[in-house]
Amino acid sequence: MGLLFSYFKSLIGTREMRILILGLDGAGKTTILYRLQVGEVVTTIPTIGFNVEQVTYKNLKFQVWDLGGQTSIRPYWRCYYSNTDAIIYVVDSADKERIGISKDELVPMLREEELADAILVVLANKQDIPGCMSLKDVHQALGLEALKNRTFQIFKTSAVKGEGLDMAMEWLANALKNRK
Amino acid sequence: MASFKRDKKEEEDGGGNPFLNIEKTTVLQEARVFNETSVNPRKCTPILTKLLYLLNQGETLSVKEATDVFFAMTKLFQSKDVILRRLVYLGIKELSSLADDVIIVTSSLTKDMTGKEDMYRAAAIRALCSITDATMLQAIERYMKQAIVDRNPAVSSAALVSSLHMAKFAPEVVKRWVNEAQEAVNSDNIMVQYHALGLLYHIRKTDRLAVTKLIAKLTRMSLKSPYAVCMLIRITAKLLEEEDGGNDSPYFEFIESCLRHKSEMVVYEAAHAIVNLSRTTSRELAPAISVLQLFCGSPKPTLRFAAVRTLNQVAISHPAAVTACNLDLENLITDSNRSIATLAITTLLKTGAESSVDRLMKQIATFVSEISDEFKVVVVQAIRALAMKFPRKHTVLINFLSAMLRDEGGLEYKASIADTIITIIEDNPDAKESGLAHLCEFIEDCEHVSLAVRILHLLGKEGPKTKQPSRYIRFIYNRVILECPSIRAAAVSAMAQFGASCPDLLENIQVLLARCQMDMDDEVRDRATYYSNILARRDRSLYNNYILDTLQVSIPSLERSLKEYAQNPSDQPFDMKSVPLAAVPNPEERETKHKSEGMLIGQGPPRPVPVSREENFAEKLACVPGVQQLGPLFRSSEVIELTESETEYFVRCVKHCFAHHCVLQFDCLNTLSDQLLENVRVELEPSEGFEIIAVVPCSKLPYNETGSTYVVLKFPEDDLPACVGTFGAVLKFMVKDCDPTTGLPDSDEGLRSSECKPFFIEGFQVGLVRPDVMKQLLKYPEVFVISSGSVELNPAFRDYEERSTHVDRVLRELRADNVFFALKGWRDECYEVKTEFISKSLLKMDRSATCLFGIRNYGVDINGYVRHPIKGLCLWFQKRSATKETWPGKWDNMVGGGLSVGHGILETAHKEAMEEASVPSHLLQNLISAGCVSFFFESERGLFPNTEFVFDLELPVDFVPENADGEVETFELVPACQCLEKLLSEDFKTTSTPVALDFLIRHGVVTAENEEEYLKIIELLHVPLQSVYQKFSKSNANDIIKENGTSLCLRNI
Repeated sequence: MGLLFSYFKSLIGTREMRILILGLDGAGKTTILYRLQVGEVVTTIPTIGFNVEQVTYKNLKFQVWDLGGQTSIRPYWRCYYSNTDAIIYVVDSADKERIGISKDELVPMLREEELADAILVVLANKQDIPGCMSLKDVHQALGLEALKNRTFQIFKTSAVKGEGLDMAMEWLANALKNRK
Repeated sequence: MASFKRDKKEEEDGGGNPFLNIEKTTVLQEARVFNETSVNPRKCTPILTKLLYLLNQGETLSVKEATDVFFAMTKLFQSKDVILRRLVYLGIKELSSLADDVIIVTSSLTKDMTGKEDMYRAAAIRALCSITDATMLQAIERYMKQAIVDRNPAVSSAALVSSLHMAKFAPEVVKRWVNEAQEAVNSDNIMVQYHALGLLYHIRKTDRLAVTKLIAKLTRMSLKSPYAVCMLIRITAKLLEEEDGGNDSPYFEFIESCLRHKSEMVVYEAAHAIVNLSRTTSRELAPAISVLQLFCGSPKPTLRFAAVRTLNQVAISHPAAVTACNLDLENLITDSNRSIATLAITTLLKTGAESSVDRLMKQIATFVSEISDEFKVVVVQAIRALAMKFPRKHTVLINFLSAMLRDEGGLEYKASIADTIITIIEDNPDAKESGLAHLCEFIEDCEHVSLAVRILHLLGKEGPKTKQPSRYIRFIYNRVILECPSIRAAAVSAMAQFGASCPDLLENIQVLLARCQMDMDDEVRDRATYYSNILARRDRSLYNNYILDTLQVSIPSLERSLKEYAQNPSDQPFDMKSVPLAAVPNPEERETKHKSEGMLIGQGPPRPVPVSREENFAEKLACVPGVQQLGPLFRSSEVIELTESETEYFVRCVKHCFAHHCVLQFDCLNTLSDQLLENVRVELEPSEGFEIIAVVPCSKLPYNETGSTYVVLKFPEDDLPACVGTFGAVLKFMVKDCDPTTGLPDSDEGLRSSECKPFFIEGFQVGLVRPDVMKQLLKYPEVFVISSGSVELNPAFRDYEERSTHVDRVLRELRADNVFFALKGWRDECYEVKTEFISKSLLKMDRSATCLFGIRNYGVDINGYVRHPIKGLCLWFQKRSATKETWPGKWDNMVGGGLSVGHGILETAHKEAMEEASVPSHLLQNLISAGCVSFFFESERGLFPNTEFVFDLELPVDFVPENADGEVETFELVPACQCLEKLLSEDFKTTSTPVALDFLIRHGVVTAENEEEYLKIIELLHVPLQSVYQKFSKSNANDIIKENGTSLCLRNI
């Protein structure tokens, strides 16, 4: 009967939540998007541009934008910043070499005025790969302790195994609900 | 809900082109809607259509405009609306060559082209290929290969044609798809086979051997598609031409066999190919000609046209072969299609005997005025050929041509006639006199300057050689009196020729030239003076060198040299000797040379030295904080425009250099009257070594004012070369929409009702007004008093009538301006506006407008139900008629209607039940009042605080409702257990759902057990609108927004 209540949501004019999934290329953004949408692992190819899908989670409708992470695509991220409610920032926990680059993308992005009110969820993805960085390592490498005035949380996930995503979405849904 | 009067569809009588008056800037502004979080297809579709219309009308967008609108358009991918998506594809194709960074949609298009939605796939392929370049092509190669062999013919065709386009820039990649193309050739679909063959041939055409194999294979298998066969014929014919094979070549056999194909298209193509083969002999020609002959008698005009046109071409190379068709062609002379008739006649002219010429010419003359210029040219060409063939016929022909010359016609047509006459004159000395006479007559009334000049030149050359040169002088001199400067100049030159060649006319010519020296035009005067001086010398050799001889240098190289000289002017005069093939300079050239010297002098006066810019700027810069420490201003650059002047925000840049620093001053002009920009600044991406010291933003930038923002940079420490740098700059600002007249910012637009202001009448709150509505109401200060906290109807209005009249006037004006979507549903049916249901009405307004003011609506709904012996509890639903203004074609409760002025609740219920469902009055006695449902609904039309009075009506099992007023398409009985699904589907009228839902709750279908949000839902079905609207009186208006905000939060759980 969940449908019934979501009907009321639409009746009373609640708008869809707009979420951006960002991160370096190969971090697993597209896999996460489709894992959320259809609950399966789909074969993906590097995203040249973006994918946009409607994702329903716990009666909440999200409009999720998965933007490509290649160096050539990153400059276009900013075109999609406006009206964003939340950012899901995906990090490849096994890619120790480029975690610095990942931080360098994240930090200036969070300074953008358009994203000032956006909730941040960091996903330390690919936890299934042996020898990957721990949650703490990722937290530190991204310099998240320096974050101020931002609702944010970090989760460890494995998109291919489907682990951790539920928890992250649960948290995000609540954070969005509680937001003033 | 029922409406009592049908709208008269007034919108239709607008007529004409709805896009007639649209403007680029407006459309680009409107396109910003695309950026909104939730896309509204109904709003976006017309905007995108307008944009496409503009682009197709040849409107040009700057790269920035195109890129902006392109990126805005990418946001539309979130909508699943098919029409909108397909428009987006079109938009992508149109903008792909104009905008930057179009590859951003690659993934989305790839997904659509491989997705399940067939409506998307073909169009997505075309769009994707338009944004893909050679480097990106590799990434989509796999999908293209799959698409080529897709089972859906539209997809396959789209992929094949796109491949063909892409073969232009990525031949190597496309070549790899040959196997797929090969497979597609075997397709059953006519178009796919044709397109596949096209691609296959394109890939292989450079490889002779492969083409041979391809033809060998395909000629053996019979292709289904006639288009493909036609193509194969063309390929084969080309090969045959190159190979020079004999008549027994299998290729020729194939083409000939196609003459017996069942498709006329193929038969014609084969015949066309055979007659155009360069080495075809008359024996091979015969079957093809007989096919064409057959076509000449076809009832289809296209076939007749094709046949006669081909015969017309063959008539030149093989006149004998065409003679066989003369009889058929004679029949076509009177064909009602003038193009066919023209071609038939001209063909006959080419093949016919000298004796028939007169007859045919007469025939043409009867309809020459009816055919288009293009075919007139064909006629003229035929006459030219005729004149060559039968020189003795020149009188008839030239007379005919001169008659044509006098008729209306375009330059090309007239030029071809003049050309023909000139050719005849040159080739046939007998025709010269009469030809020149006709031309003289023609230039008396010639609207084409270039043609007149040419004829004058010809007269100058040929006239003196005739028996009686003097007769032409009059014609020529008439030009000097009557025409424009360039013709006058040509006439002067022509007269000079006569003067030089005919000594007995010299004296008269000199008189005329002397008059010409008084001409208004420089060129005419110059020429006259020049010729007059030379003629005065009476020196034959001078005449020859400077008047009679034609230009002996090659004209293109002269042009090139002059251009070069003009671009790099030097103090040296232009040297004729530098021109290749240099020859004796002649008059024409002398003049040009003279002119170019003149130009040089024209450049003479030096430009005034500008006042020191530095001084101008120093004062302004001094105000910028921190600049004083940088030391004295060394130099300021010129003002450079960074944007085009017609953009929304016009930015210019000035660079100020100091000893170690550089200050960039950006002058920005806001050209949008409804926007106030705040915190305007430029963000630089400095190149290496440069360091940004400070950014000084411009705090406010109102409409039409220029503000300056500064960036202070520190030069790199190193030496000079490093000081050259390129910066990327982005203008950043906050936009506040503001009222164009006052320039004051208004609050954010949108559907957020917490931004609404309460609407008061006589101190009572009756509604809520959204910011977008408020903006319009500002135009009517005599009716609406708008303060920071509320909107109030002018308290000076005394009574119901006065209030209603004033509001009605405003609404009608707004409706005429087409400002609100909601007012399109104008019904001429009024609702009462009151504080409480039982209280006295304060005013009435059209029901379509109440949502703009958030005025409470009241309605009546009847749940018609049946206790079915087998299906159990069932509910009747109606499907609304497709012609209703609101919610057309949606499912709805069995009976429902709004409470209009002057009707009671029960009365309305009875009336609607009878009109909508023909419920007989004895059944209506069972009507049971079941309370009411109130809810708040918000859409782009406006705010709907609705209260529905609910009635339940049990109906007998055998009763079937029947519509009486044409507002209902059909009725359906739905078992209660299936109702919920229907209610929640998109096909159900959203604002009717609560009533039926309430019924299901009351009848135990939806319970606390099966619905976890049970309590919340019941609460939401009874939103306390009564309390919300009445709690406040005007005295505490300041609190209202806040309290309203909280009370409205109810709806935002």
